[in-house]
Amino acid sequence: MSGGFLSLEGVRKEFNGAVAVDTFNLDVAPGEFVSFLGPSGCGKTTTLRMVAGFEQPSSGKISLAGEDVTYTKPNERNIGMVFQSYALFPNMTVGDNIGFGLKVRKEESAARKERVAELLELIHLPDKGSSYPYELSGGQQQRVALARALAIRPQLLLLDEPLSALDAKIRDELRNEIRRIQRQLNITTIYVTHDQEEALALSDRIVVMSKGKMEQVGEPFEIYNNPATGFVASFVGQLNRLPATVVDGAGGRLEVGGTAVRTTSTVETAPGAQVSLMLRPEELTLDESEENVIHGTVESVTFLGSIVRVQIAVNGGRLTADLFNERLLKLPVAGDPISVSFPAHACWVMV
Amino acid sequence: MVAVTISTAPIQAAAEAPAPVELQKKNRLGAWIVFGLVAIYFLLPLAATFWWSLRALKDQYTLEAYRRLFADSNFLPAFTQSLVNAAVAILLSLLIIMPTAYWVTLRMPRLRPVIEFITLLPFVIPGVVLVFGLIRLYSRPPLVLTHTYDSSRILLVCAYAALSFPYMYRAVDNGLRAMDVRSLTEAAQSLGASWPTILRRVIFPNLRVALLSGALLTFAIVIGELTIALFLAQKTFGPYMAELTRSKVYEPSAMAIVAFAITWAAMGMIALITRPRKEK
Repeated sequence: MSGGFLSLEGVRKEFNGAVAVDTFNLDVAPGEFVSFLGPSGCGKTTTLRMVAGFEQPSSGKISLAGEDVTYTKPNERNIGMVFQSYALFPNMTVGDNIGFGLKVRKEESAARKERVAELLELIHLPDKGSSYPYELSGGQQQRVALARALAIRPQLLLLDEPLSALDAKIRDELRNEIRRIQRQLNITTIYVTHDQEEALALSDRIVVMSKGKMEQVGEPFEIYNNPATGFVASFVGQLNRLPATVVDGAGGRLEVGGTAVRTTSTVETAPGAQVSLMLRPEELTLDESEENVIHGTVESVTFLGSIVRVQIAVNGGRLTADLFNERLLKLPVAGDPISVSFPAHACWVMV
Repeated sequence: MVAVTISTAPIQAAAEAPAPVELQKKNRLGAWIVFGLVAIYFLLPLAATFWWSLRALKDQYTLEAYRRLFADSNFLPAFTQSLVNAAVAILLSLLIIMPTAYWVTLRMPRLRPVIEFITLLPFVIPGVVLVFGLIRLYSRPPLVLTHTYDSSRILLVCAYAALSFPYMYRAVDNGLRAMDVRSLTEAAQSLGASWPTILRRVIFPNLRVALLSGALLTFAIVIGELTIALFLAQKTFGPYMAELTRSKVYEPSAMAIVAFAITWAAMGMIALITRPRKEK
């Protein structure tokens, strides 16, 4: 089982009887970038803090590079950590912040200086070494925090919502920066976030969590297109959910609001059972060109720039359809009757 | 009665619109009068004391009283002793309060009110009670400290450290609240720092300003403390001043001015050090 560079086996954490994390099992390969994704209170940060050593599991085992570190002190794990609040030492310059871990390790002054310069170069802030943290912008401070975590050549890099305190534009920029640096150093990384876009864009694999439990582990494409549970389907990306009645389970035939619909997934329930039909908004076409066609009325149209979001009332519920913007696009108008179609492989069924 | 009813309307209106210049001037005048009265209340005795301290020789203004004061062979030893006592008490208080406040903030925030109450006890317990408690406790085995001058001095310094708790704890607590103690601690931990290193390299430097203000307040209290020093038979600055008042005429006034200057210098240093840092 424990073949990973970092592995968590049956890790569980309780706080005063309340379960924060339940049977967490994960193997992370060396150099892999894994995200813990979920809403606040899902246990993702608690799990990260157990890996860092700030919390101890109630039961289970954590091993790193083949060594059991479950109860190792945080300052003996050689793990770099980046915090949401940056947590730079305000009394030290940027250079001293980055060099702090090396100083603690009693590395000699010349080697330390060299390493600090190297890292300042890596985060593209070569001339900020003698500035104080309060003189930098939020994005720059978080880069310094990243450099500080990397300076000690950690076995593992942990990032706890590192972009949450930043503006949208800086966030995107720094997100790419983090990925670039992670690839360049090939450092095993755990990234905690509640932002699905961040998780999808950055990760080799994503662990989706809810209420202390792992819902699904998989590559971003897999998580998005084949969500294992209703929670994953609705938490990651936008999703339409229509009530449906099973007509022929083996053939994937359903009835939605009086319209017959065929899916490529088989349904293991008896005819007449109530299920849900799931559809991604971007897989809907606003004409009758695809196999399944549903009729409805336009409720509202939201222009988001590259995407136009159309809300459509249909028999039995509401559908959201996303269209790509085009300069010649004719926007639908609220109140118009409209047809929505989608291929059989674009939808799936949840019981 | 009628006049009152009528006059409320313009005042309410004035609260919304900018106050008329006339009214503003009147308010400012009132403030100045109050300020003046308070200033007189504080400054008059001081001025009188100063004036009296200059009259050591008949019919002339002179610094003779100050000269005699500094020339007194008991003055400097008493002052130096108090200085050393204050320094040691501050150090002791710091070593007790800083780790305590840090630990409470980090690990036991629910204990904060309890610790706060304990540190306030020196305000509640009069010095006389404190010193008699100490004498009773330490004049018999297992630990006898009241028998020699030097061991009594240890007792005195410990009592001063306790007296400083209210100031020191509040100062440190304020300092800790102003920073993200938990994240800074965890960041340092993940970088490999041990508890002593975290306290010394991360927490202490960021508390420096807060600690200085606590230390200077402690200094101001300890330097002139009388009751405890007297009952422990210590030849410190407080008893020296009291003795002087009983036996001399002009020197006590000079002494009062000097003590006042020292206190104000301490206050000035606090103001100077805690001044907000110039931001870019």
